[in-house]
Amino acid sequence: MKQQELEKVKEYKYGFTTDIESVRAPKGLNEDVIKFISNIKKEPEWMLNWRLKAYERLKNLKEPNWQKPKYPKIDYQNLYYYSAPKSVENKPKDLSEVDPKLIETYKKLGIPLQEQKKLSGIAVDAVFDSVSVATTFKDELTKKGIIFCPISEAIQKHPDLVKKYIGTVIPVNDHYFATLNSAVFTDGSFVYIPEGVRCPMELSTYFRINASETGQFERTLIIADKGSYVSYLEGCTAPMRDENQLHAANVELIALDDAEIKYSTVQNWYPGDKDGKGGIYNFVTKRGACRGKNSKISWTQVETGSAITWKYPSCILQGDNSVGEFYSIAITNNHQKADTGTKMIHLGKNTKSKIISKGISAGFADNTYRGLVDINKKAKNARNYTQCDSLLMGNKCGAHTVPYIKNKSSSAIVEHEATTSKINEEQLYYCNQRGLNQEEAIGLIVNGFCKEVLQQLPMEFAVEAQKLVGISLEGSVG
Amino acid sequence: MLEIKNLEASINDKKILKGLNLSINPGEVHAIMGPNGSGKSTLANVLSGKNGYEISGELKFQGEDLKELPVEKRAQKGIFLAFQYPLEIPGVNTNNFLKTSLNSVLKSKGENELDTLSFLKLVKEKCLELGIDEKILSRQLNVGFSGGEKKKNEILQMKILDPNLCILDETDSGLDIDALKIVAKGVNSSRNKKKSFLVITHYQRLLDYIKPDFVHVLSNGKIVKTGCGELAQELEKTGYEKLN
Repeated sequence: MKQQELEKVKEYKYGFTTDIESVRAPKGLNEDVIKFISNIKKEPEWMLNWRLKAYERLKNLKEPNWQKPKYPKIDYQNLYYYSAPKSVENKPKDLSEVDPKLIETYKKLGIPLQEQKKLSGIAVDAVFDSVSVATTFKDELTKKGIIFCPISEAIQKHPDLVKKYIGTVIPVNDHYFATLNSAVFTDGSFVYIPEGVRCPMELSTYFRINASETGQFERTLIIADKGSYVSYLEGCTAPMRDENQLHAANVELIALDDAEIKYSTVQNWYPGDKDGKGGIYNFVTKRGACRGKNSKISWTQVETGSAITWKYPSCILQGDNSVGEFYSIAITNNHQKADTGTKMIHLGKNTKSKIISKGISAGFADNTYRGLVDINKKAKNARNYTQCDSLLMGNKCGAHTVPYIKNKSSSAIVEHEATTSKINEEQLYYCNQRGLNQEEAIGLIVNGFCKEVLQQLPMEFAVEAQKLVGISLEGSVG
Repeated sequence: MLEIKNLEASINDKKILKGLNLSINPGEVHAIMGPNGSGKSTLANVLSGKNGYEISGELKFQGEDLKELPVEKRAQKGIFLAFQYPLEIPGVNTNNFLKTSLNSVLKSKGENELDTLSFLKLVKEKCLELGIDEKILSRQLNVGFSGGEKKKNEILQMKILDPNLCILDETDSGLDIDALKIVAKGVNSSRNKKKSFLVITHYQRLLDYIKPDFVHVLSNGKIVKTGCGELAQELEKTGYEKLN
């Protein structure tokens, strides 16, 4: 390897490409491609019609452009909308049939799929480009009545559940990227937790983009039936390429009476190189509906990757006494940009929401918190607490906070706190004097800054996330 | 241990140290006294390697030239500075900070890092020895600490990191008599043949508890007088004025 490449690999250790033969849909976006996807997934007709409805709608939509990070025009006709390893064409029945190259890829990413090496206490669905290649612990979960499988499989095996819930939180006629996803989505996870069941392990999906010139359109649907509980985590990585790749996901969560969903994201897509070349456009729609009374949805996100991160995981608090939470760490370094936050829509009585956002900017990066707290007339005694903290490193980066508050309920209480600070030279000096080098010191200070969010993560991932926070900022000072 | 010859230091083109000479042998306790603005804190900063100073002259620690070494390397080699104003670091647990520091120092020496249990044992022992309430360990580093607690925390860190040269930068200022005794205890119980101390202070009060081998008077960037313990008492009576 050339010296330059070596350095690149050191910066982003998930940047490798798996050399594997793949099946692709013809390039471009049109009805035939949508039919191709639907056909290869062996979907029932209603699903295809649903996709085509979305596509019709898409034709009349324009890409939004109100966001802070601008990007060059995406040529949607010059993308592949489906790409899958040839070896999964005939869906492998179990792991012994999965292409060893794929197993090796996930092993390199720290996600062992083999039976004997499975991560203890975590069931994993591994999505590679447009298909799910393996799901672990399936049998154990089935015993409890829990469904955890690729959404393409759920469409075939559990059509009633999918039909009942898909598009009920993110309708087929939503904004541009969400609608695009509805038309061309390929794979993602489906979770159903039956009434009264507490999911005994973490459920996790690991998304990997491998093919070039390909968009990834993940669709995830999680339903927590009455009185159930589930904790779900997604992780994401992609190879290093000079092109920008689009990841436009839709994630829908539905919590019925007394149910709780905890959704955590550790997003580490390829961020582009030091000069801002390449990287993933992470334009994602995530929305949860607290449909039942006393239900709770909690989003935790650690966003360290992507050239541009543009997402607002939101909660629609319909049920009385329902609770929405959003905990976010967004780290941007070099030329990365993020415009992220949440929407908390209070509809039910005594609904509560909490927003804790930590934005960290270094290098030439730009980081925006944008959020909406919308309290309906009927949302008596609604409460919101928002705290947005920004940390700047160096003097060429930016941090912005754009909170919108709409309150139509006279009994509601809304609080907003915001701070912006710079990493203090004196703090660094103090840490250095105790024997910590510059990077250890920054890692320590930044982890302290993010602590309230990090402690929301499931234990197994908190340690990883802490390390990631340090690594993402390496080389940002001095 | 420490060899300083004709040390000059300026910051923002202003010369603060103007040819300072000082030599400290292992096991010695030196006190530096002097009026405001004489360069006491600058000396502490320059020894620890703080950025922003233009430096010339000779600065040797255990025979090695310090001038090119960054702050953390000097710390790892055994230079400890108890800060006049210890910094607050929100969200960072004091225990965790201490453990990370100690392990960095141990690692740099090629020694085994301490696991959590052995570390906790060590830190409890030191708290007990100094009479410091263990509760400060679970709090965020220096956040909301009283002046006294911050200084006690500095002494605790000094005990745990076990450096060769301890510099105390006006550690006594703002302390009540009980906290002062804890600071003094921390120093006195650490005194041995290998360890040296540089105690920077305004007042003779601290030197009632820590008996220095030498007292130096710093004035206008130079050491103008050196004596034994009695010099401090003399200064307390006559003030610094007469020396100029």
